[in-house]
Amino acid sequence: MQTGHPATYDEVKKIHPLYFNVVKKRYWWFAISLVILIPGIISLFVQGLNLGIDFKGGTMIDITFNKVVTQTAITDTMKSVGLEGPVQLSNGDTTALIRTSALEEDKRNELLTALQTKVGEYDKKLLQEGKVGPAMGQELTRNALWALFIAMGLMIGYITIRFQFVYAISGIIALFHDVILVVGIFSLFQWEIDSSFVAAVLTVFGYSINDTVIIFDRIRENEAKMKRGEAYEDMVDKSIWQTMRRSINTVVTVLIALLSIFVLGGESTKMFSLAMLIGVFSGAYSSIFIASQILVEIKARMKKKPRKGGKSVRA
Amino acid sequence: MRRGNIFKLVALVLLVAAVVALSIKPLVDSVKGIPLGLDLRGGVHLVLQAEPNKNGTPITNDDMDKAKAIISKRVNDLGVSEPIVQTDYAKKRMVIDLAGVTDPDKAVDILKTTAKLTFRDPQGNVVLQGDDLKDAKGGQGQDGGYVVNLTFSSEGTTKFADLTTKLIGQRLGVFLDDKLLTNPTVNVPILNGQAEITGYATLDEAANHAVLMRSGSLPVSMSIAEKRQVGASLGVDSLNKSIKAGLYGLIFIFLFMLVFYRLPGVVADFSLIVYALIVLWIFWMFRVVLTLPGIAGFILSIGMAVDFNIIIYERVKEEIRAGKSLRAGVESGFSRAFVTVIDAHVTTFIAAMTLYTFGTGSIKGFAMTLGIGIIASLFTAITFTRLVLRLTVGISPKMNTTWFGVRRDV
Repeated sequence: MQTGHPATYDEVKKIHPLYFNVVKKRYWWFAISLVILIPGIISLFVQGLNLGIDFKGGTMIDITFNKVVTQTAITDTMKSVGLEGPVQLSNGDTTALIRTSALEEDKRNELLTALQTKVGEYDKKLLQEGKVGPAMGQELTRNALWALFIAMGLMIGYITIRFQFVYAISGIIALFHDVILVVGIFSLFQWEIDSSFVAAVLTVFGYSINDTVIIFDRIRENEAKMKRGEAYEDMVDKSIWQTMRRSINTVVTVLIALLSIFVLGGESTKMFSLAMLIGVFSGAYSSIFIASQILVEIKARMKKKPRKGGKSVRA
Repeated sequence: MRRGNIFKLVALVLLVAAVVALSIKPLVDSVKGIPLGLDLRGGVHLVLQAEPNKNGTPITNDDMDKAKAIISKRVNDLGVSEPIVQTDYAKKRMVIDLAGVTDPDKAVDILKTTAKLTFRDPQGNVVLQGDDLKDAKGGQGQDGGYVVNLTFSSEGTTKFADLTTKLIGQRLGVFLDDKLLTNPTVNVPILNGQAEITGYATLDEAANHAVLMRSGSLPVSMSIAEKRQVGASLGVDSLNKSIKAGLYGLIFIFLFMLVFYRLPGVVADFSLIVYALIVLWIFWMFRVVLTLPGIAGFILSIGMAVDFNIIIYERVKEEIRAGKSLRAGVESGFSRAFVTVIDAHVTTFIAAMTLYTFGTGSIKGFAMTLGIGIIASLFTAITFTRLVLRLTVGISPKMNTTWFGVRRDV
């Protein structure tokens, strides 16, 4: 029986058939991320987000049909005239409460006509409508942002205590990376944002930091065992590959579950699952290719005279 | 071979299967099961109409904003999760959607109460205004009865000290406009600005009075224009499709773990079932109202629980590759994985707690389910997963490591 020893860098490289040096290519990763992030950020400033009625408010129509109707019939009709929004049925499924974006006179008439022909006759005397303000008011959004910033502050504190300050900073940068990437892509494509988007972004926030800390844990463990003459870059590269199988397996399971909801799920959860899909992928990517690489970069610059590659051991 | 271990494992499997079978009905029961929010099940839809002021001054948008803020606060104080409160400035109306309200009439009464709070002496003179009150909370007193605890502002404290000294043995009336809310007897002079009104029959009653006392008065009086039960805002058909899709997703995760991790994969799947049971029962116990954001929090915590299992088995593989025996590998792999996971879980938990404390509405809902999920994930791993893993590797010392997905030749 062989006597055991923790895996060496060379052994780690050999275990993975697809091994390549992640750390050495770090400027590539930074570049790839910037290529995706910058258009998103520009778009955020130029065209902003396509906010739905949850944020902007809109028209509320209270309509009573002469027969029992279905939610799907109404949402389909709304879609046929290019409108979206929640529909709630009441009074034994004869009355519908429709919330949609603020309607001009023409659009309103178009919708009502479409509803009459496609869904059924409605009682004109009972028709009520009004303009309603946002359900997700500005104070709620502001509140959410504050809560996120406080959370970041506390997380920086915790990671600094358990790891080091540079780990905390690297982790938070990766967190920003993931959140801005999702928000940026939604801005770029002008996909409509509703209140569930906020929940999706929060999920990405949680996933991103969780995933990063797992890899940081290995880097911390290996950093403590570093021998004289060993390069920090190699140690991080080894840590990344030691945890690579876990990184891939975890993200694959989560992504497939989300993909299933995105592809097979209903219309109302499409955007929600799409935001999470993008964010979770980014969260897993950024832990390896951004958070860990920024850590390497900061550590390299903290050394007084960084000698690039001079010390690294050849494989 | 340890027959004892096999016996214990079989007993555990049967036990969990029985619990699952017995849990489904109470958890999804439409009345007593886990409550669902506005988006998933619907709730009460209210429209409050602002009445024109008696003196003829117009109602401004500013009045409506103030009214909205106070009503939102009252709704939140009632413990309704993720309500929708919208204003219609043109028609001077407020649209309020509430989920999971057991007594809509009572909720309406509290929401539309516009009255001004005053404290009056027995002769009916106003001795203290609502502005002097800083906070009011329903709770339980020292003798076990239900009470409202009042906290006065510094100015209010002085005034309250004066008047309680003067009115000792007499009754102090707490009025909403001209309606007497309660009239407690002053027993002792209260000098520190902390008073307690006793004698409530239920906690609900005390809490409702506290809501009225602390949330200030509405700038306009409101009447109910409409009140009715409405269905789920997320399309029901579409929602059912998504739930089915979510189940397929879960089945895939189960298969993935089986194929990739073999024997430990079975343990993982088994642990995940136990984990989900724990989480769902906690939701049930605390009456956590599930909404889409809440489900997002739950999904994230499932991801973290799966991750926990993956981390354990990858670490066990590493330990075995490093030359440890299967049993030693499981032991050290588990404890090392635990160190790894604890930091990640704590960091995410800190985020969840912060969002719960400072967030409102859907953000609170998300944070709540995530927080519960994280605790449950840690709990399940320490108790259940470890126990089952130990029992499994304890069956035979000669167990093949390929069952753990480890190839010895590496």
